[in-house]
Amino acid sequence: MYAQNVDTGVKKVRGADEMSADEAAFQARIDEGIKIEPKDEMPAAYRKTLIRQISQHAHSEIVGQLPEGNWLTRAPTLERKLILLAKVQDEAGHGLYLYSAAETLGASRDDMQADLLSGKAKYSSIFNYPTLTWADIGAIGWLVDGAAIINQIPICRCSYGPYARAMVRVCKEESFHQRQGFDIMHTLCNGTEEQKAMAQDALNRWWWPSVMMHGPRDGDSVNTAQSMQWKIKLFTNDALRQKFIDQTVPQADFLGLTIPDPELEWNEETGHYDFGEPDWDEFWNVLKGYGPCNQERLQARIDAEEGGAWVREAAEAYAEKQAARKAAAAA
Amino acid sequence: MTEAPNMDNARYEYLLQLGDSDLILGQRLAALCGHGPALEEDIAMTNVALDLIGQARFWLSYAAELKGEDADEDTLAFLRDAPAYRNLLLVEQPNGDYGQTIVRQCFYDVWHFFVLQALMQSTDTRIADIAAKSIKEVQYHVERSGDWVVRLGDGTEESHRRTQAAVDKLWRFTGEMFRSSEAEQALIESGVAVDVATLYEPWHAHMQALFEEATLTLPGDQPMQTGGKAGEHTEHLGYVLAEMQHLQRAYPGARW
Ligand SMILES: [Fe+2]
Ligand SMILES: [Fe+2]
Ligand SMILES: [Fe+2]
Repeated sequence: MYAQNVDTGVKKVRGADEMSADEAAFQARIDEGIKIEPKDEMPAAYRKTLIRQISQHAHSEIVGQLPEGNWLTRAPTLERKLILLAKVQDEAGHGLYLYSAAETLGASRDDMQADLLSGKAKYSSIFNYPTLTWADIGAIGWLVDGAAIINQIPICRCSYGPYARAMVRVCKEESFHQRQGFDIMHTLCNGTEEQKAMAQDALNRWWWPSVMMHGPRDGDSVNTAQSMQWKIKLFTNDALRQKFIDQTVPQADFLGLTIPDPELEWNEETGHYDFGEPDWDEFWNVLKGYGPCNQERLQARIDAEEGGAWVREAAEAYAEKQAARKAAAAA
Repeated sequence: MTEAPNMDNARYEYLLQLGDSDLILGQRLAALCGHGPALEEDIAMTNVALDLIGQARFWLSYAAELKGEDADEDTLAFLRDAPAYRNLLLVEQPNGDYGQTIVRQCFYDVWHFFVLQALMQSTDTRIADIAAKSIKEVQYHVERSGDWVVRLGDGTEESHRRTQAAVDKLWRFTGEMFRSSEAEQALIESGVAVDVATLYEPWHAHMQALFEEATLTLPGDQPMQTGGKAGEHTEHLGYVLAEMQHLQRAYPGARW
């Protein structure tokens, strides 16, 4: 999802009998539902995996500002412009909370950001798709924020305290985003023929990327199993994807839109929708940097960082001068 | 305007002046969202954009009521072309580097504050109410942009150079802020509008103190560019509007 493919660094998930005393004690705390706090002892792999997961999530929030930011200057009404501005601003705030949560584990924000800009760190594949029409802003709120909520509500109960608490704040705002996105779609679907076509086109382009947002099929992924044992992931990618589809199909029906999956069908027996297989080659390509907008997204972040360097340096230099003046005055 | 405007027309024009400057500056700032020099700064600058566009909605809604017919804040924002826009030339200037963004903001914020402070006493209670609602936000804008002018001016050699260049570049747009349009002149006596000429001194004094702290030099007298309040804009506004109005123009009559 926002952290789609987090390496835990383990080859095999160990049972209690294979753990050291420290590891077993740590696992017992997690199993009892006791939150791990920054000062607590924790296995190095747990710390490292969490830093990876939280920083990927933070990067996704920051890069996630860009596709929607693309329509800030073109929002069709003043009210829509304000709502979109507030939303894109929220995403920057989410990035901040998450960087702070990662910092409690000993990561530095500068290092994390450097990893993003160098391409070493990943962010969600979804933000590498273009926003071509206003309906894309509706589709992102409805589908992408919708998928984010499904992923993030369980993380509010994850084992690491600061991450769980950051997620509580984030989730409240994400559900507002989702409602706003749905409202844009609803307005379009009740508008002119051109607007309806715009909404359908946006769904056609955003559906599969949204389905892939939940990450690759888990299969017998060691990383999934390990993360679930640590309770930093509470459901498998496949379970979250199913939940997303089950939740979204009736909403698309309500809007009068057609989901572009001929295999999509309600299954009485399972009580879930059956659905077709996403194009996983496309997913891996986007993750490796070959999506439609990877270059533009990263370049925008690099430009902001480089273009702002002199501003940050000035602020630092001024703070130093002020401190020196204060010290001189006190002496 | 060739003939002397009647009172309602003058009031309508005046509300456009107030609303358009807020809107165009908000629109300029909105383009920076997600591209700021630091995350915290991005969030803070977006707050200013939110405030300004929010205030523009108050002014334009009131203007639309006076206009009647089917006018509303959106028809005024999205269906007027550049010659009908009444904003100051200053606010339509490009974001440039962050020094230019901040200097533009600072010039406007301080002027904006003094205007609203005076308008809180407007004999038009609706105008007075909007001014009272807005001034708290603008007080914060003044502090923030002033703070940055000082940090950039007295920061590094590079930041000083860039910021001074921005001041020198934008100074020619400041004169317009203190020259009343015909609409304003028609409303001063009745106490609806503020006589902006009276704001020059406090504005200039504020700038002088601020620039001294920032180790920046205020330019002296020079010929000023004017025309915004009469709809004669710089080349930039046409592009700002082309982008902002794109959907409303491409799909006439659609609801969004
Ligand atoms: Fe978010
Ligand atoms: Fe998120
Ligand atoms: Fe969101």
